[in-house]
Amino acid sequence: MSHNTMNLKLKVWRQKNANVAGAFKTYEVNDISDEMSFLEMLDVLNEKLIVTGDEPIAFDHDCREGICGMCSLYIDGKPHGPWQANTTCQLHMRAFKDGDTITIEPWRSNAFPIVKDLTVDRGAFDRIIQAGGYISVNTGNAVDGNSLPINKDNADAAFAAAMCIGCGACVAACKNSSAMLFLSAKVSHLALLPQGEPERKSRVLNMVAQMDKEGFGSCTNTGACEAACPKEISIANIARLNKEYLRAGLTAE
Amino acid sequence: MSSKNMFTSSVGKKLVMAFTGIFLILFLIVHAGLNACIWANDEGLMFNKAAHFMGSFVVPRVLEIGLFLGIFLHILQGYMLTLENRSKRSVGYAVNYAKGSKWYSRSMALLGTLLLMFLVMHIYHFWTPSRLGGIGGIKSLSVFDKNGVEYHNLYAEMQLVFENPLVVLLYVLACGSLGYHLAHGFQSAFKTIGIHNKRYHALISTIGYGFAILIPLAFAMMPISFYFKLIN
Amino acid sequence: MLNSKIPAGNLDDKWVDYKGHCKLVNPANKRKMEVIVVGTGLAGASAAASLGELGYKVKAFCFQDSPRRAHSIAAQGGINAAKNYQNDGDSVFRLFYDTIKGGDYRAREGNVHRLAEVSVNIIDQCVAQGVPFAREYGGLLSNRSFGGTQVQRTFYAAGQTGQQLLIGAYQALERQVALGNVTMYSRHEMLDVVKIDGKAKGIIARNLVTGELEKHFGYAVLLCTGGYGNVFYLSTNAMGSNVTAAWKAHKQGAYFANPCFTQIHPTCIPVSGDHQSKLTLMSESLRNDGRIWVPKKQNDTRKANEIPEEERDYYLERRYPAFGNLVPRDVASRAAKERCDAGYGVGTSKHAVYLDYAAAIERYGKTEVGKQGLTNVSHEQIIALGKEVVKEKYGNLFDMYAKITGENPYEVPMRIYPAVHYTMGGLWVDYELQTNVPGLYALGEANFSDHGANRLGASALMQGLADGYFVIPYTLGNNLADEIYNAPIPTSHPAFEEAEKAVAERIQKLKNINGKQSVESFHKRLGKIIWNECGMSRSEAGLKQAIADVQALKKEFWSDVRIPGEINEYNPELDKANRVADFIELGELMCVDALNRNESCGGHFREEYQTPDGEALRDDENYMYVAAWETTGEHQWQLHKEELKYEVIKPSQRNYK
Repeated sequence: MSHNTMNLKLKVWRQKNANVAGAFKTYEVNDISDEMSFLEMLDVLNEKLIVTGDEPIAFDHDCREGICGMCSLYIDGKPHGPWQANTTCQLHMRAFKDGDTITIEPWRSNAFPIVKDLTVDRGAFDRIIQAGGYISVNTGNAVDGNSLPINKDNADAAFAAAMCIGCGACVAACKNSSAMLFLSAKVSHLALLPQGEPERKSRVLNMVAQMDKEGFGSCTNTGACEAACPKEISIANIARLNKEYLRAGLTAE
Repeated sequence: MSSKNMFTSSVGKKLVMAFTGIFLILFLIVHAGLNACIWANDEGLMFNKAAHFMGSFVVPRVLEIGLFLGIFLHILQGYMLTLENRSKRSVGYAVNYAKGSKWYSRSMALLGTLLLMFLVMHIYHFWTPSRLGGIGGIKSLSVFDKNGVEYHNLYAEMQLVFENPLVVLLYVLACGSLGYHLAHGFQSAFKTIGIHNKRYHALISTIGYGFAILIPLAFAMMPISFYFKLIN
Repeated sequence: MLNSKIPAGNLDDKWVDYKGHCKLVNPANKRKMEVIVVGTGLAGASAAASLGELGYKVKAFCFQDSPRRAHSIAAQGGINAAKNYQNDGDSVFRLFYDTIKGGDYRAREGNVHRLAEVSVNIIDQCVAQGVPFAREYGGLLSNRSFGGTQVQRTFYAAGQTGQQLLIGAYQALERQVALGNVTMYSRHEMLDVVKIDGKAKGIIARNLVTGELEKHFGYAVLLCTGGYGNVFYLSTNAMGSNVTAAWKAHKQGAYFANPCFTQIHPTCIPVSGDHQSKLTLMSESLRNDGRIWVPKKQNDTRKANEIPEEERDYYLERRYPAFGNLVPRDVASRAAKERCDAGYGVGTSKHAVYLDYAAAIERYGKTEVGKQGLTNVSHEQIIALGKEVVKEKYGNLFDMYAKITGENPYEVPMRIYPAVHYTMGGLWVDYELQTNVPGLYALGEANFSDHGANRLGASALMQGLADGYFVIPYTLGNNLADEIYNAPIPTSHPAFEEAEKAVAERIQKLKNINGKQSVESFHKRLGKIIWNECGMSRSEAGLKQAIADVQALKKEFWSDVRIPGEINEYNPELDKANRVADFIELGELMCVDALNRNESCGGHFREEYQTPDGEALRDDENYMYVAAWETTGEHQWQLHKEELKYEVIKPSQRNYK
């Protein structure tokens, strides 16, 4: 177990709110332990800024265990930083070395307007779910859970898609700011289950329409989203979404 | 919900790209197959006969119109999508995300533009003389007679055009662009039309990369063969 | 005396009778009735969605950027339900019994029995919503076992059950938003309850993006705001989890029940330094195969792998031969603390014990050799095969451990230490989930009702969803039926104006302090006090000291905290200051409650009250009651007791030897 400490330079995007222009500002942090998480390193910087009368850096975070999807940050040219299959909150300072300069930017997409500094508004994702990312079953309507056997492969594939944490890294990574990986994860999750069958066509058509309305770009299958996804949601889901869309488009009334 | 905008939504536009792309891929096979006749080593007889068939029968002529429409749609939609997608991120990143995807998959518009430039040259070299030759001062192809049928000597035209080393170089470079365009485009098109099954996807990837290497290689070998006189 | 409104009759019939006789609100009237739901975790999202489906006009609030972020999402293990799909003898009664016993006989029979009854409906509802529970090859639902039970009744979705259940409830909620039945207010924090004529009639909320205060009217206010584990600063809770909404309710007269009942989870990744901002849980399921040990020698500095077998103390197996490494959470946590305090801890901090998979890896390896019919296998091959099996079962947890610590848990034993995980205490509610303030309800972890002094694994998800999907839709209607005669109150009403003014003044006061210390630094200090004196073990002297320390800290906070930025903008430091101010007050009440409870039970361990061999010693004679505290002034509370009557179960000493 090593306990190295390091001194770092941080280039951080600062922006007071959505209506004013932002710019990079450079900070130095010293004696950062390699056991710290990346956000704890930012906590150290913020503590310093607060006691010296400066404004701390605003960034979204909550569970700090890689599941809530609230943390973001585009670190040195990659959403959630250099580690694979990882969220920013689980990134630890072991990933860096003494003397490094780290560039920290917010998710960039017109569909994710900046709230302040590194915090963005991902409400578009909620609205996409509102457009059909559910199964219409009122509480109390359900039949016995085991009355509907589900092929294990399908159940597993549905789960793999449902693991999406809605963080928006796919949008941040995509050169087109496309939300297709997010959307396809939900469409696949529900299309793979028999419960999702009745609304299968309207769901995909409506959700795609909402995604377009929110101002996301289209998918050009570069695979950047999949590579940046902390939950390793497969791009195969996008192909499945395309199939669902084509099918629905051709057969819907 | 509406299926009316099936081809105008973001997914729909991609479907247009995919369908026209697959159509163009099919065309490339036919084109490469026909052109391969130059290697028959019969002074171009077989090749010219094949070209004559394509130029004088109804079905290929109708398909040719479709081909032009397809190319036009593919280009137009491609540019529109590129512009639209670029407009979705007004403030860009200081450090771009390059590790997660292949450079050529991010450069389809650039590769496509190179191909478009090539296409203009290519049409000028071969298509206009063979289809529009003699109209309004456009150069005509030389003609020869075989068993009472008149044939354009497209083979001779190729020999002529590919005497110029610069043209040969441009053609070879264009084939490189085509290769990279196909390396992404081939499998992307199939993803867009909804092939998600792991097994098929692996198959398509393999075929796609093979296609992206073999077809441009075949095309590139044509000017090279003429220039270096590998065929007679 | 508090009236818990438990319906009369047989335990089995209480809920059925209640549902058969409760008052109803007709659909036309529901459409006219606004209901406020604060918090969108399992309890809040399920309540908001279900009430929206019924036709109520729901306003839902969450402080996160989306309702899907609520910390229910982090629950790993699973959700219990008395389905008896495994044919192993499970039943509603058995789930009820296990929960009461697990809670060390400090929960209400009526509530817990209802919980067990509706548990089966929860699974059905979630399956219908498309929650991808784990399944067997035949396509039917899979179950696993959990601590404190002898049947397999836990439904799960890999190690992300909480996430999948929350996403299900979130989707149901978003559907109601799309239908216009629910209005969602995200990045909003409730800062006060508005009372009119003694009834809760609305809230004051702060828009966290703009800093503006908003007044919202509702015929009822439902607090589904989770637990208060973050009073300890370091816990497995999310950074934003807070007690503010519940505390404001408490300040408006709602009783706070059993605040000292907190759950310390035994298997968490230990603290690595002062910079630490939060702790990470390693699922309880790891104790199925892992063996817990410390060196037999004090202050042993050798590496784990260098300590020979005979010099290791497998203290759980030694102390509790019957249950071994699978004793309940409170017992396992206390045993780890006891060893570390006595100087046997490991790691640089000496506050950790080993969770060792070497034996399990070898055992699985040998099984695998047998299964595959291999002969002449070397020890290395056996280990390699065993690692494969362990990877398949616990791979994601091992990966998480490796990411955080930088160590490879397949090669060296994991270091673990207990951490604050859940709070059984909360707002006092009656059978209808209503607090003593009419119109004010508390659901899920925010209330105190179902887990007594210790919660069993896989029960938190069950309770959150039971409250939201299946209890509140009935009990709310029973009370709102009488409200249809009252017109909605405009938010221009003086009570709203006054409440808003008071909130604004408090924020201004905080901002005006303009001191020198950050909010975070106060929070850390509070956490240390509470953890040391009101954590895993408590004593009279320690608690008295802690009360004095917290009072002093409160004074210092209100005179030296520094909040940068402006009030009318997005200002996370100000949000945090509001929350920490409330945590400080709650911290004092926790110590007061712990000091009052002169017994040890479940998660509450008073050093003075233990058996000769160090086990918790309950005092049913004097403390078989819910301690519900009413605030009566600064640093002052009045105790109200709700006697716990056990009509069906006979309380006995828990024995895991």
